[in-house]
Amino acid sequence: MPSVISISKLAKHYEVPEREAGLKAAAMGLIKRRYKNVKAVDEITFDIQPGEVVGFLGPNGAGKTTTLKMLSGLLYPTSGHVSVLGYEPSKRSHDFLRQITLVMGNRNQLSWDLPALDSFDLQRAIYSIPMDEFKRARDEFIDLLDLKELVQKPVRNLSLGERMKMEIVGALLHKPKVLFLDEPTLGLDVTMQKRIRTFVAEYNKRYGATVLLTSHYMADVEALCKRVIVIHHGRLLFDGDLSKLVEKFSAFKTIGFTANGAAADWSQFGDVVSAEGSRVTLRVPKEKTSAVTSRLLNDLAVEDLTVEAAPIEDVIESVFSVGREAVE
Amino acid sequence: MKRYFDYYRSMMKLAILEEWQYPLKNYFYMIGMIAEPIIYLVVWSAVANQQGGAVGGYTPGALAAYYIVWTLVRNMNIAFTPYGWEWRIREGRLSTSLMRPIHPLHEDVAFFAGWKVVVIILWIPLALALSLIFKPELNPTLLEGLVFFVAIWMAYLIRTITLSLLGMVTFWTTRVSALFELIFAAELILSGRLVPLALMPVWVQELAWFFPFRWTFGFPIEALIGQMTTSELFIGLGMQSAWIIFGAVALNLVWKVAIRKFSAVGG
Repeated sequence: MPSVISISKLAKHYEVPEREAGLKAAAMGLIKRRYKNVKAVDEITFDIQPGEVVGFLGPNGAGKTTTLKMLSGLLYPTSGHVSVLGYEPSKRSHDFLRQITLVMGNRNQLSWDLPALDSFDLQRAIYSIPMDEFKRARDEFIDLLDLKELVQKPVRNLSLGERMKMEIVGALLHKPKVLFLDEPTLGLDVTMQKRIRTFVAEYNKRYGATVLLTSHYMADVEALCKRVIVIHHGRLLFDGDLSKLVEKFSAFKTIGFTANGAAADWSQFGDVVSAEGSRVTLRVPKEKTSAVTSRLLNDLAVEDLTVEAAPIEDVIESVFSVGREAVE
Repeated sequence: MKRYFDYYRSMMKLAILEEWQYPLKNYFYMIGMIAEPIIYLVVWSAVANQQGGAVGGYTPGALAAYYIVWTLVRNMNIAFTPYGWEWRIREGRLSTSLMRPIHPLHEDVAFFAGWKVVVIILWIPLALALSLIFKPELNPTLLEGLVFFVAIWMAYLIRTITLSLLGMVTFWTTRVSALFELIFAAELILSGRLVPLALMPVWVQELAWFFPFRWTFGFPIEALIGQMTTSELFIGLGMQSAWIIFGAVALNLVWKVAIRKFSAVGG
């Protein structure tokens, strides 16, 4: 099956003016400007198959949003090849734009002073959606996101989360085949985050859409993405299953247990994450997990013992720190 | 074509709905706006009276007609400004527009066209009040009325195109307000906004022929108040058409280059 998204050696470089602080440097800057070449995206390559939901991860400034902007046709690449649904995004053909959407956490496509229903009607006209199809999609999404009570209120009177849900409805009315979601849950409370995650999963299931998602909330990634792509300083660090990422980059495991009897010196078993009352949590190197577990069970009276992989946040942090060393 | 018609209808409807949310704001805006022509009118009427009842062929009644029509033409001239281009790039609004399968300029033209519908409705009572106070001499023929109607919409298109071309400078450098101010000063003098062009020196009148400003402002007013012959009316419409064609070609060329410079800084 041909890839929906295919990029090869994709790069985006910027010339950024720079100078020291102070009046003298400012005056010198008028005579001779100094520029720095910043490689926002540095020759990354990957393919995404139809219907995949892929997490696109990286710390701030890694190049995620720049990549999404190139994939959606907002930015011209400096070099490399990009193909989305067989189109070259930078040409921004109307047929291409009708089949994709880019949702950004800070995007505002709805009219602030009017109920979202009015803005939805404009979306219908922009994408030439037949009226019956439009009404069906609109009502379906309003129902899925539980927005019935809110669509008649002016957008300015909605909360951030409610507004974000409206933005998502507006962005999907034309039923795009490819969704670029750039931190869609940014700044939302956990309930709203969960609602949006469920909606994205449902949309993907119903319409077989391909989704590329960036998020700093690992719950988003864990709930939606089997595969993740990690970039740092514009370079690709990892591309594969989320479980493989954990396996590859997690150097530690967490052992939790309830200790009966006298307190011991827990540090002899590993790093003590917490020791509150009789409940103890230790962090031990992955290769020593079996040995430490055996010692605990043999030497001490412990119960409720659990061994868990490190939290995904810790793994990602570890990936980024490894990445930093690799690219600096 | 049907698609564009539907889009323009929907966008104009949205603009009308938005502007009706704040009728009082629009009224205060218009009251503020008419202060400028009233000052010009009072000053030039005084000059006309001192010179025996007319200045440059304009009687106080003709001046009143000029400046009352001025208020409508001024509203029709309002388009998305270069400052707006600065704002929309900085705030990431252009990215939203670029993601849509329709050129962002259609959004500007359609939105402000809708806004004008509201403005024209609000303008009517103000124009009636000004007419009662200043007693304009205004007796347009059917032809002059028709030319005026076409000319104010063509003027709107020319101004949208010229301001957009100016606004696109923002793709190369993000702060260009000083350049805009310079061009707006030239527009003030060469358009007939400050004073009817007939009252300006001959060389200014001749110079005004070669810039778009006169065709967006002075020409529609002069067409309605009976200052032009039939052939001058059609030459004026021809000049407006030429500026629209020339501007649209220039806009298309500049856009193709400018959009490659877009760095989507604001989101």
